[in-house]
Amino acid sequence: MIEFLQAYMAPIMFGGLVVFLLMGYSVAFSLAACGLLFGFIGIELGMLPASLMQALPLRVFGIMQNDTLLAIPFFTFMGLILERSGMAEDLLDTIGQLFGPVRGGLAVAVILVGAMLAATTGVVAASVISMGLISLPIMLRYGYDRRVASGVIAASGTLAQIIPPSLVLIIMADQLGKSVGDLYKGAFIPGFVLTGLYVGFIALVAIFRPAYVPALPAEARTIREPDGSPGLRSLGLLFLVSVGSAVAFAKSRPDSTATDELIVVSMCVGVGVAFVLSVVNKVFKLGLLSKMAERVTFVLIPPLGLIFLVLGTIFLGVATPTEGGAMGATGALAMALARKRLDMKLLRQAMDSTMKLSCFVLFILLGSTVFSLAFQGVDGPKWVEHLLTSLPGGQLGFLIVVNILIFVLAFFLDFFELSFIVVPLIGPVAEKLGIDLVWFGVLLAVNMQTSFMHPPFGFALFYLRSVAPVDDYKDRVTGNTVARVTTGQIYWGSVPFVLIQIFMVGLIIAFPNLVSGGLGKKADLDTTNIQIDVQPSDYKQSSDADNAKLFGNDPAASAPAGAASEPAKEEDPMEAVKRSLQTEPKK
Amino acid sequence: MPFRALSVQYAPSAFRAASPGTGLWFAIHSGDDVSTLLQLSKLIDRLNELVGRWIAWLVLAAVLISAVNASVRKAFNMSSNAFLEIQWYLFAAVFLLAAGYTMLRQEHVKIDVILHRFSKRTQIKVEIFGIVVFLLPFVITTVDLVWPLVVKAYLTGEMSSNAGGLIRWPVFALVPVGFTLLGLQGISELIKRIAFLQGLIDDPTTKAVTKTAEEELAEVIRLRAEAEAAGATK
Repeated sequence: MIEFLQAYMAPIMFGGLVVFLLMGYSVAFSLAACGLLFGFIGIELGMLPASLMQALPLRVFGIMQNDTLLAIPFFTFMGLILERSGMAEDLLDTIGQLFGPVRGGLAVAVILVGAMLAATTGVVAASVISMGLISLPIMLRYGYDRRVASGVIAASGTLAQIIPPSLVLIIMADQLGKSVGDLYKGAFIPGFVLTGLYVGFIALVAIFRPAYVPALPAEARTIREPDGSPGLRSLGLLFLVSVGSAVAFAKSRPDSTATDELIVVSMCVGVGVAFVLSVVNKVFKLGLLSKMAERVTFVLIPPLGLIFLVLGTIFLGVATPTEGGAMGATGALAMALARKRLDMKLLRQAMDSTMKLSCFVLFILLGSTVFSLAFQGVDGPKWVEHLLTSLPGGQLGFLIVVNILIFVLAFFLDFFELSFIVVPLIGPVAEKLGIDLVWFGVLLAVNMQTSFMHPPFGFALFYLRSVAPVDDYKDRVTGNTVARVTTGQIYWGSVPFVLIQIFMVGLIIAFPNLVSGGLGKKADLDTTNIQIDVQPSDYKQSSDADNAKLFGNDPAASAPAGAASEPAKEEDPMEAVKRSLQTEPKK
Repeated sequence: MPFRALSVQYAPSAFRAASPGTGLWFAIHSGDDVSTLLQLSKLIDRLNELVGRWIAWLVLAAVLISAVNASVRKAFNMSSNAFLEIQWYLFAAVFLLAAGYTMLRQEHVKIDVILHRFSKRTQIKVEIFGIVVFLLPFVITTVDLVWPLVVKAYLTGEMSSNAGGLIRWPVFALVPVGFTLLGLQGISELIKRIAFLQGLIDDPTTKAVTKTAEEELAEVIRLRAEAEAAGATK
């Protein structure tokens, strides 16, 4: 019996984890309890050193000092303030009116606004709720197919998970030991390809099932000129001028400028030109621009400004992702104040929700730390590695199995749980197989998107359900009775988009350059200060790190604070300790 | 079998004295004790409520300090280690001290794929099991392991190794304090659940009436849309 236990401790412990989690008590404490129980058994059986758990305090301190995780409350807070600032509503209204009269236009508007909201923060719930309340009634009013309408809203909301800045990518970076900046850059192109695929799907629907996505009648557009014309020509001209000045500016830069810097700065120039023109037009009442052109410009400025504040500063290397989050949150606060949407109640609520989310996420991490202490002690990682490297097909076989695994688990677990429980197990194996971890992280993040879309537990579907009409109602504008949206329609609507997400996973595997190519190529020099990974020298130090850190004189322990002089040294003690424990069994 | 004999001898007398008809597994000698325990539970709830209320402000403080740090560093090329360290001190304070409050609000996520199919009573029993077997050992182990390090840091007056850095023991002390708050809340939840099984209080797992951020957002958008519609028809 004891021999059996000793031989199969790792798989038994893993089985125990599954049982503990499924029991239905809080994930954080179940994880910790599983670690403690098996740690205790291991010590009793003489398999583990009695001092095993002594490493726990240091790991806890490491988590507290982790600069990367600090981005979680910042981006959460930013999202909570921003969702109430009215920005999303304005965007949906204006862009919806702009595209509405085209067949499928409203759905495309939802996707584009979803992508734009995703690039400012990363809160799925907020996007889905705003769209569900603003765009869904309009779609229903003009006879959109309910499945398409609800699917497109849920899917556009989940774009927040893959387009940076997103919480998934932050946690993924932390768990894989890569820099958040790298993952953000890596996820950029896949995010936009995915957006493009959604638009493509709507285009196909518009061609083959035109009745599903009807064009809105002209009277649905309330922003128009006094003579009734939509004023699109002036918008088109403004757009051309702005794109032209951006391109001209880009051409005028020296060749040595990094690609991402070029894109960010040129876009700023283009948007700035459009903004200045609109302001001049408005102030001097020149009447050169149509109302539509003016509205579109003014409505696009806040999100683009925030995107620059967050992603721009991160990509340019001005701020670390954590600081980018703080800047974005401050920007969102300023915007909400300026629009008089910020009151004490909202502030309190945003702080409260941020605090609770940070707390439960960090406690899952604490729990999984206890678990992994014991799991590493019983050589669990080796067992997982053996299991996964013995798969036929090498890298590809591994990738396929892992992706199927994540896809299936995503039915039951949300992305926090997936990233804290599953990713630490498969990450080292991926590295051993020679897979680039940044690429791997983005791939998993795309896959985990599906966890929001899976019936019946997908969050996006859940939030859409909470705001979609549950009873038949009388439409305000047309006076017709509109039928309710059934839960079945929401579920079926999500299916094509889940398929697109799976297709995207396949695309990334087939064309790895989508991730690693992209923006980062020439930018290496420019952004070194946000890309510093843990240097190999840490491996040596880390064996002493545990003891040394007790006295606070270990260089690794003070690294995050050392970031004072060198802003973005993302080397943190957690990493060092993690690595030391990972390397120990091999000695 | 000797086990059973024992329990027959000792336990039932205690049970009989307790409120009739319940199978409480630890001895409560009279109804008074239960209400004392419930009062204790209320006291703990109030404590964590208070802590949560005030700790939430640290979120805002951390945001502003970090944003100012980043801009000042870029604009004037100066930085202070103390201000950089205070960021993670605040962050640690937020997530550690709020642990009890988060539990009070039942926001520590669960995987209730299977559990939600069972009856309320079974769910409550599983939670009691979770608190006693999962949560409390975790809390006790962590406090037990961390406490010596806090004492040591306090006695040696350990400082951050960065120039101008902060003293370490207060942030280390957040761990035992936070875990104690969590443990206390665990005890409070335990009392409430046992009282529920005895039929003394209403279901403790129904979430407090306060709205979630999502519900609030939905309501605000609805109200605004209605106001606009009213304005349009005028």
